[in-house]
Amino acid sequence: MPDLLDRDTLKTFRVGGDERLARAELRRQVGRLEHELSRLCAEAFPRLTLDTEVPASFAVPRVARLEELEQVRDALAERISIAREALRKQDELETRNRELLEDMLAAPAEHKWMRISRAEVGEPGCGHWHSRPRLGPLGMLMGWWRVKVSSGCPLSGRLAAVER
Amino acid sequence: MAGPEADGSELDSEPRPRQGWVAPHIAAEFPGLGIAWIELESRRTHSPEPVQRRLRDLSDRFYGSHAIHMRERPIPWAYRVFFRQVGLDPDHTRTPVEQLALDRLHDGAFVSRGMPADALTIATVETGVALRVFDTTKLRGGLCIRDSAPGESLPDKPTELAQGTLTIADGRSPLALLFGGPIDGPGLDSDATQIAIVAVQVKGVPQAAVDEALWIASAAIAA
Repeated sequence: MPDLLDRDTLKTFRVGGDERLARAELRRQVGRLEHELSRLCAEAFPRLTLDTEVPASFAVPRVARLEELEQVRDALAERISIAREALRKQDELETRNRELLEDMLAAPAEHKWMRISRAEVGEPGCGHWHSRPRLGPLGMLMGWWRVKVSSGCPLSGRLAAVER
Repeated sequence: MAGPEADGSELDSEPRPRQGWVAPHIAAEFPGLGIAWIELESRRTHSPEPVQRRLRDLSDRFYGSHAIHMRERPIPWAYRVFFRQVGLDPDHTRTPVEQLALDRLHDGAFVSRGMPADALTIATVETGVALRVFDTTKLRGGLCIRDSAPGESLPDKPTELAQGTLTIADGRSPLALLFGGPIDGPGLDSDATQIAIVAVQVKGVPQAAVDEALWIASAAIAA
């Protein structure tokens, strides 16, 4: 098929070796950034859902030009930056919640009716810790507060995950 | 009495993968890109019980966390990277193995779609390698990966392909998009008896994985 081989000199790719090298370097960067984004996405799961979408350059697969590869690289870098920031904020929030949980466990009466879920401290499952009075109204009057630990409902959690 | 396995004739009768070619300027852009296929006899039919059982077993050991962590594994990651490099967003146009993972989570199991689709599902989930199937009787010459020329279109599709679209082609014309289309090639109907299972290899996917994917698919079809 000589006509196909003739097209090896397609105008769009008839550029100096430098540009081909530049495209190769950009592809390498795209690969590295994709790996980093995948790692962050896995690290965040299931605490946080990260948006990893980068708008597609084309509707069909094609050899991307230099500027198109640059756009993909920049968009991936931005996604990673946003993902890192979201993870950092989530880590801070979970750390604060863990400290609050420790305080609540140490002094339930000072955290009346407070409820902290496992998700809020970055743990899997749908259980929670709840500061409640022992023996209902009598405990409220007497100041007998305790933290009740709920083990959650794994079945409904799994079903909800499937629905999502 | 020695069976056929004893003298190795069983192994000799296994279909051997054939290697296709990649247009030189595409190969220069994407080192590691390749295409291989095996031809075998099959027709569209309900999957036999062993294949359906294997699908159930696969479903039982595949969870949501697998889907998330899958993209960190070398082969699914290699396809994600390639998608990015050819301008596709793998979170929109899914890689074959990620599409199957998503379907598994959505449907609650790897739902049987009959043969040869189930054979491809098993092989793709087990290895991560992207597979397609074509009707061999409609192919002209060997398979290749090349970009489309002006005026070319896909079979059964009147719209002209944008020049430079990466396609799987035979010696005559493009057959399918390299990625992003259905796994069933054009014209694969219930009458097809000779099929080609095609593996598309990208940089980072070892040849052993490609061979294994083709072997698993052909073994499932032979079951």
